Amino acid sequence: MHDLVAITALGGTDPHVDTVGGVTCTEVPGVALASVAARMGQEDNTATSLAKLIDAPTPDIGRWAGTTISAFWAGPDQWMIEAPFDTHEALAEQVKTAMGDAASVTEQTDGWTRFDLNGDHIPAVLELLCQLDLRKLDPGSAARCSIHHIGCFVLCRTPESFSFYGPRSSAGSLHHALLTAMRSAL
Amino acid sequence: MTQTNRLNGGQIDRNTSLSFKFDGRSYTAHPGDTLASALLANDVRLIGRSFKYHRPRGLLTAGSEEPNGMVELRTGALKEPNTRATTIEMFDGLEAKSQNRWPSLKFDALAVNDMFSNFLSAGFYYKTFMWPAAFWEKLYEPMIRRAAGLGALSQEADPDEYDKGFRHCDLLIIGAGPAGLMAALTAGRAGVDVILADEDFTLGGRLNSETFALGDHSASDWAAQAVAELSSLPNVRLMPRTTVIGAFDHGIYGAVERTGDHLASVPAGKPRQILWRIYTQKALLCAGATERPIAFENNDRPGIMMASALRTYANRFAATASQRVAIFTNNDDGHRTAADLHAKGVTITAVVDVREDAPTCYDYEVLKGAQVIDTKGRHGLTFVEVALADGSTRTLESGALGVSGGWNPNVHMTCHQRGRPVWDDALAAFVPGENLPVGLSVAGAANGVMSTHGALQSGAEGAANALELTGVLPDLPEAEDAPVSQTPFWYVQGCKRAWVDQQNDVTVKDVKLSYQEGFRSVEHLKRYTTLGMATDQGKTSNITGLAIMAEVAGKSIPEVGTTIFRPPYTPVPIGTFAGRMKGQEFHPTRLTPSHYWAKERGAVFVEVGNWLRAQWFPLPGETHWRQSVDREVRQTRASVGVCDCTTLGKIDVQGTDAAEFLNRIYANGFAKLAVGKTRYGLMLREDGMVMDDGTAARMAEDHFVVTTTTANAVSVYRHMEFARQCLYPDMDVQLISTTEAWAQYAVAGPNSRKLLQKILDPEFDLSNDAFPFMACGNVTVCGGLRARLFRISFSGELAYEIAVPSRYGDALMRRLMAEGEEFDVTPYGTEALGVMRVEKGHAAGSELNGTTTALNLGLGKMVSKKKDSIGSVLSERKALVEPDVLRLVGIKPLQPEDKVTAGGHLMNSEGPVDAAHDQGYVTSAVYSPILNSNIGLGLVKNGAERLGETMRLVSPLTDLTVEVELVSAHFVDPEGERLRA
Amino acid sequence: MIINHPLLGPRDASEFTYLGDASLIDRPDWQAENVSEAFYEYGYLRDNPAGEHQELWYHEAGDRSWLVVTRNTLTHEISKVELARDVARARGRSK
Repeated sequence: MHDLVAITALGGTDPHVDTVGGVTCTEVPGVALASVAARMGQEDNTATSLAKLIDAPTPDIGRWAGTTISAFWAGPDQWMIEAPFDTHEALAEQVKTAMGDAASVTEQTDGWTRFDLNGDHIPAVLELLCQLDLRKLDPGSAARCSIHHIGCFVLCRTPESFSFYGPRSSAGSLHHALLTAMRSAL
Repeated sequence: MTQTNRLNGGQIDRNTSLSFKFDGRSYTAHPGDTLASALLANDVRLIGRSFKYHRPRGLLTAGSEEPNGMVELRTGALKEPNTRATTIEMFDGLEAKSQNRWPSLKFDALAVNDMFSNFLSAGFYYKTFMWPAAFWEKLYEPMIRRAAGLGALSQEADPDEYDKGFRHCDLLIIGAGPAGLMAALTAGRAGVDVILADEDFTLGGRLNSETFALGDHSASDWAAQAVAELSSLPNVRLMPRTTVIGAFDHGIYGAVERTGDHLASVPAGKPRQILWRIYTQKALLCAGATERPIAFENNDRPGIMMASALRTYANRFAATASQRVAIFTNNDDGHRTAADLHAKGVTITAVVDVREDAPTCYDYEVLKGAQVIDTKGRHGLTFVEVALADGSTRTLESGALGVSGGWNPNVHMTCHQRGRPVWDDALAAFVPGENLPVGLSVAGAANGVMSTHGALQSGAEGAANALELTGVLPDLPEAEDAPVSQTPFWYVQGCKRAWVDQQNDVTVKDVKLSYQEGFRSVEHLKRYTTLGMATDQGKTSNITGLAIMAEVAGKSIPEVGTTIFRPPYTPVPIGTFAGRMKGQEFHPTRLTPSHYWAKERGAVFVEVGNWLRAQWFPLPGETHWRQSVDREVRQTRASVGVCDCTTLGKIDVQGTDAAEFLNRIYANGFAKLAVGKTRYGLMLREDGMVMDDGTAARMAEDHFVVTTTTANAVSVYRHMEFARQCLYPDMDVQLISTTEAWAQYAVAGPNSRKLLQKILDPEFDLSNDAFPFMACGNVTVCGGLRARLFRISFSGELAYEIAVPSRYGDALMRRLMAEGEEFDVTPYGTEALGVMRVEKGHAAGSELNGTTTALNLGLGKMVSKKKDSIGSVLSERKALVEPDVLRLVGIKPLQPEDKVTAGGHLMNSEGPVDAAHDQGYVTSAVYSPILNSNIGLGLVKNGAERLGETMRLVSPLTDLTVEVELVSAHFVDPEGERLRA
Repeated sequence: MIINHPLLGPRDASEFTYLGDASLIDRPDWQAENVSEAFYEYGYLRDNPAGEHQELWYHEAGDRSWLVVTRNTLTHEISKVELARDVARARGRSK
């Protein structure tokens, strides 16, 4: 086991937690990510293997699905796989094994930072942040959008729980955008 | 009780008193008041001075179309000039000041302008301040600016917060008067998603200003009930205090919500205003109509107001401008004001109606076929002079005069996409034309439907038609349905100083004069006279101006045409457009994995695009940046240095066609690159210019890791996706960015191998044989952490780049520093990086400037002609391969301390110094602590053949001439022995 | 403007990056006889229609698809949006 100590995207050893008006914004470093992109002509095989891996139907356009390991749609025949970091730090290897030659797999764990919003009235915060049509954002939705000029994924887990993925280097700016929108709307 | 002009009734909360200050004097008001209604209730008619003549002015209207009643609201940094008193919702402690007067509102020194009005007619400034030209900037303009203009800016940063937001709906209804409310009820009950926006703080539009009934209710009660029902519908969003400012393509509307303007102070963290972008399939414009004035002699005295505004103040705000009011009208609507005011106990001195057949009234006198020919009263109206039908005159003692010239539909939004309104003869007004923004329709008075019943019906039908609702429309309440016909009456003949546009001090005479001086187009009229400009955009003046112009031109009004309406509908603070994107948050900031460590270390940072990178790392005692940078270079070249190069773009390229794909993307070949090897790659644009450079490491047969420059990471990725999807759609290749995923550090210098060997796990052999120059591979460090190692060098030293998952980047940097202590390791920043790459002669951003080819940069042989690649063909264009094209050279001053200036031009040692004799220019310049000399890189005509030549480096702007020698660009280790060591 | 993405539905044009004429898909054969002339025309000569125009847009803030958008330059009306990859294949491009 190596002896290097990780820091979170916001620079701390512990995740940042902020609460405004009953909504909690939590930094979530404990997630491993890997991207999957089907190889030419292997789209069906990829979808089949993916469904097996996440133990759920392969998510369609703009959706996410899964259990311990889950996946969300990122582009045509492309998905991002999420899993708990503690148990799946080597997620990319595991996914590659599951996919075989059907898909290209790339480690994405530290390409991203994740913030989870939990509480009531999150749509009031979201409408200050992104252009998405929130009427179409139901549990199971996953959408890419621009927040404060930062390219992000927004995942709706439940009406009271949303996950935001943004580029790790921009974590501070994204966190600032989320918090100011929370203070403004809540 | 100071509110001497407060009437009974109204929609104000008399149980609560608010205090406010105007020009330092305290007054009281009630919730529900505007600043305008509160001033009237307190018998304040004089509000400001006019733009040009500094004439005393009061309120003209009760809405956002107000041209006159403008104040400076709030104090200090929060001061907002040119705020319309008619739209300021009263709050406790409000402070406002009159503007455009000195020293005081009642005695204004520049009122002398009014006496010289004969000289100040249209075009005065253009005609007068022409000569001498030099006087314009120094004398005339400052003088005019002081005299003219209205409110003054605070000159301080705006302390308020602003937000932006995005909302989606099926139907956006603009305006919540009878048509808008009925439309919202129709759509809301049908279950579709509705947004109903209105600029007012109380929804209802003119229903709140009228006394007639809707069914069994008063108009305002009906409106309140409708609002209550709409509030209860989950699919309806009510947005009061929200002005829809523009209609944009494909159903996008801009709207400004004033969330904090009605509060004494905006709570911390809350925005003052929100700029909404509303996306909707359909929109229904229910913006109502604006009453238009009649121009007559001295029609601008405080107390002379629109008749409908007097009615609004009386019925909604329980305030009157005076206890003695006269009315001047050409239509029946003026009589309503008289009746309503009379019912509230105000004396109607007379209704002056230009029509011989005006309706009769037994409660007060109606002067039929009469006209107002002059008024008196220095700071407010005292007397109204009337010419009666029989030719005699009458003087009416009145403190207020309500004027009604008919109503103009508010068609503005229908014109935001170049639509033009059409003239309606029956209404004598412009109504919306055919060419509306896609998805927009119009209902109610905005569409020329002037009765209340008509508005309700067209609102209901408008919503039903827009949404293609089937079924029965909601029942409409009984409402007045008086036919409206307007015979235009624009101005009283023979008047000398009759104001058309009070905001810009444009008179009837000015409009005629501009026509006589040859301004035939209505757009020219506008610019010459300034008619219809500034904050009100001529909402009460444009049509009168057009009518006068049509008359003198002998044309009809539609023949003269209208000026175009553009967004925003009403003024918007600049801060609202900026939203949260200001100061530090103007753009997102990207931090490198070693940022927190570098900050602890006292690094100086530089912005590189959105990235913050360490520029240098000063040590105690170093007082000048050059001391730090020179040391970092020396230490690295002597032993070992570490630099965070995470910002370089990284793109994962996978697939069975990955190698062939890179062959097309890069000018040089990649198909034969062995697994475990890295190659420098040169990327061209299709026009043959260099786009970017970087390296591609072959991690597996079907897997490459490509790097780009920091600046081009995004555009190169976009370009590669273009090639993948649009040019080679059947290639099996997949792309994804991994820039952020890996913390990547350059470890450079003769001791870099020794340092890295301490970090790497023992099973990895770093010897030159096992891991030679340009090798790459997956390794583990510090006891098992996955990492990537590349043996590449930007500095020219023996060097590696090591990458670990970003979360461990901070720890790895600290480890490298600790383990490197025995080698006197130094971190180095972007400055030392730049010095070393110039010493080595590597091209970077200054050389890859979009105008250089591979040949220019000395890399011409890299462009393979054995394969197809983007840019290959056009890079061979004749002019790009002439013998004397620019070539990259090193530049060394004959005197080492002489400065080399990037951007300076190179001239032959003899001969003229001018553009015609230009030989090239310097792209990069640094001080080399290794050579103890200033040095540079430059592009010189046929430079490769001119090494050893002495030239003059000139920078005429900085008055610099330096003798330099052209040398090889590779100042340090030209044979590349160090990096292969 | 709104671009009706074939996979994602209506999205704000601000999410996209504009490139230009969709004729950029029709890159000439590098071994053609008149290759210089062909690339010159490909690189520099464009029609500038007042009316329907096929153009390339990239969904930068979205799924990274390149799209061919048929837009009327007079009215901004967008009558068709296709995945550029499909258009490229239909125009005979392959590897």
